[in-house]
Amino acid sequence: MNDVKTVPAQAADTTEGDVLLRVENLVKYFPVKSSGFLKPREFVHAVEDVSLAVRRGETYGIVGESGCGKSTLGRSIARLHDITSGRIVFDGQDISKLSQRRMRPLRREIQMIFQDPIGSLNPRRRVGSIIGDPFAIHHTASGTERRRRVQELMERVGLNPEHYNRFPAEFSGGQRQRIGVARALAFQPKLIICDEPVSALDVSIQAQVVNLLADLQAEFGLTYIFIAHDLSVVRHVSNTVGVMYLGKLTETAPADTLFTVPRHPYTGALLSAVPLPDPDQSAQRKQIVLVGDVPSPIAPPSGCRFHPRCPKAAPVCVTDDPVLEPQLGDGPDHLAACHLPMAEGESLADFKPTIGAEERVIEPEGVLAEDVLPGGKPAGGDAGTGSASPGSGSIGAVPTTREGGQA
Amino acid sequence: MSMIPDITGGAGDTAAELAVEAGEPVPVGRKIIQGRSPFQLAWERLRTDKAAIVSMAVIAAIVIMALMAPLIAAWIGHGPNQQFIDIGENANGGPVAPNGTFWLGTDSSGRDLFVRIVYGARVSLSVGVLATLISIALGVVFGLAAGYLGGIVDVVIARVIDIMLAIPFLVLAISIATILHPSFWLVIFVVGILSFTYPARIVRGQVISLKEKEYIQAARALGAGPFRIMFIDLLPNVIAQVIVYGSLLIPASIVLEATLSFLGVGIPPPTADWGQMISDASGYYQYGYWWYLLFPSLALLITTLAFNILGDSVRDALDPRGGGLYV
Repeated sequence: MNDVKTVPAQAADTTEGDVLLRVENLVKYFPVKSSGFLKPREFVHAVEDVSLAVRRGETYGIVGESGCGKSTLGRSIARLHDITSGRIVFDGQDISKLSQRRMRPLRREIQMIFQDPIGSLNPRRRVGSIIGDPFAIHHTASGTERRRRVQELMERVGLNPEHYNRFPAEFSGGQRQRIGVARALAFQPKLIICDEPVSALDVSIQAQVVNLLADLQAEFGLTYIFIAHDLSVVRHVSNTVGVMYLGKLTETAPADTLFTVPRHPYTGALLSAVPLPDPDQSAQRKQIVLVGDVPSPIAPPSGCRFHPRCPKAAPVCVTDDPVLEPQLGDGPDHLAACHLPMAEGESLADFKPTIGAEERVIEPEGVLAEDVLPGGKPAGGDAGTGSASPGSGSIGAVPTTREGGQA
Repeated sequence: MSMIPDITGGAGDTAAELAVEAGEPVPVGRKIIQGRSPFQLAWERLRTDKAAIVSMAVIAAIVIMALMAPLIAAWIGHGPNQQFIDIGENANGGPVAPNGTFWLGTDSSGRDLFVRIVYGARVSLSVGVLATLISIALGVVFGLAAGYLGGIVDVVIARVIDIMLAIPFLVLAISIATILHPSFWLVIFVVGILSFTYPARIVRGQVISLKEKEYIQAARALGAGPFRIMFIDLLPNVIAQVIVYGSLLIPASIVLEATLSFLGVGIPPPTADWGQMISDASGYYQYGYWWYLLFPSLALLITTLAFNILGDSVRDALDPRGGGLYV
């Protein structure tokens, strides 16, 4: 399972290691079209105060629900968005304020692989021309030389170089994603930001593309930021994983630590949604299903952003924003932003939030409303109707509570 | 193998294609697999469309006629501006009906109507094509800039287009032509510049939706500048719509030129021009000189109809799903 990981030797001995990318307090707001005259302008708080460090040669996985800001974070690091505030230091250089023109030479060293294998390739251009784009843009090769290098790249990512003259529509999804990989690889960049590179692919093809990325990492010493919502894929490829919720980084840790000892209740809930291959284990496990939807990123909740859905929520979670720091005696590489972190082996199903009902998310079906006692005390998060699918390990499709696989 | 791949162009990999078609030796034991471009596919659809074939044949005939106008005039022996006061005018000084000498009759000045109609095709076609090229070029450039750059560029271009659309087209064209004295080139520029607004709006609308696509983000991530993105990444994706609109703009420009000439602010006399002939003939029609009005009008009708039918076929060929043109 973990054989594809390539832990760089020089980074393994120190926690700081050889940091290639450091993001400090990154904030990205998008303005929303104001709905009325003289109304204050509103912003989507897409990324809020995110700090992280990516070491040379490692894979940093970022997971989170749809809309949690993980893609915005990736695109902000690649400077496809202008950031609202914060710092991005790449290879010792602060790139957060560079103009697009001055950013251009650095584009060779930071590349992106996109989610949509159809949308990320120009449908009106031939594949050879698409993969040759990096050479054309940076004027590094032309004519037959460019063609030769394009065909080398195609061969390297497992495409038939003779398909040079085809259009993207003539390839399958997995092949198109390989085209995207070949294009990103043209300059052998230092950092590749993979924005959900396998989410749109069949599971069998996912494995091929993930293995290709791993092979290329080993061959060229690439560093990846791997954005995904599939926890098992992230665990498979990542050295370090960061969990995002509503624009904030809630927990970050080495992959194995995160998956065995999650500290943040949100991480715990996510992990309980990963399907287990063993049906007996699966039946024993209590699946924690979060109530309600992700709150609006235009007006995020106060304090801890997860408190309206958190089984452990306490009054302090409503008032104070938790700091991302080591919890319960963890090492400096395992950080969580939580007032009430989970102990090892603790089950979230045993907890009831101790905050007022007005702070809680009411279930869409109104089941929770029935269970609310006259005193306004919520009955907690265990009153669901079990309509959620126990299947995919993906996040975000689990609107109601469910007990251990209904066994 | 002297194959130099055309990396930049969408439909431009002709070197490789030609080499394959000409049966040149392909690299050892390898067969080049040639993806067909959207335009090759469109051409194949167009070739099977009977209406398109007929209209293309008609247009080809008109073009050949226009190109060979001096030869035709020499062969008949009547110059386009040659007046036949003795045989070309009747006793009252009016036009002569079609006969063996003047196949389509004469006009009010005793000139051969057929030769003048043949010469009029030159004016109509050149104004139609050149004005369309001008408006398409302007429309593409302004539409791409407004759509992709956005911000203040978009605001300025969009407002200019709105203002131009708010003023009645003919009033504006007549005013400009009157102030600047009518001439052949002025008509082309007036028609071309005033009709760039629609292609600009079509391109702008398309670009605004296309620029959110991931492949545009990918181009930016590769370090492509705005000009490269506009003309290499975006243009191939809007060119189909532009071609369709352009093929319908040609007949519209021909009609507009005829209209301006009809109103006396287009092509100045004595140059042969259909609109001018129709205008002149309308004063004679009521006295029974039917041929003078009928034949120039038919020439205009057949030409614009052929271009319109071809334009429709081009649209069907380029966009088989239909719809989506007039956004």
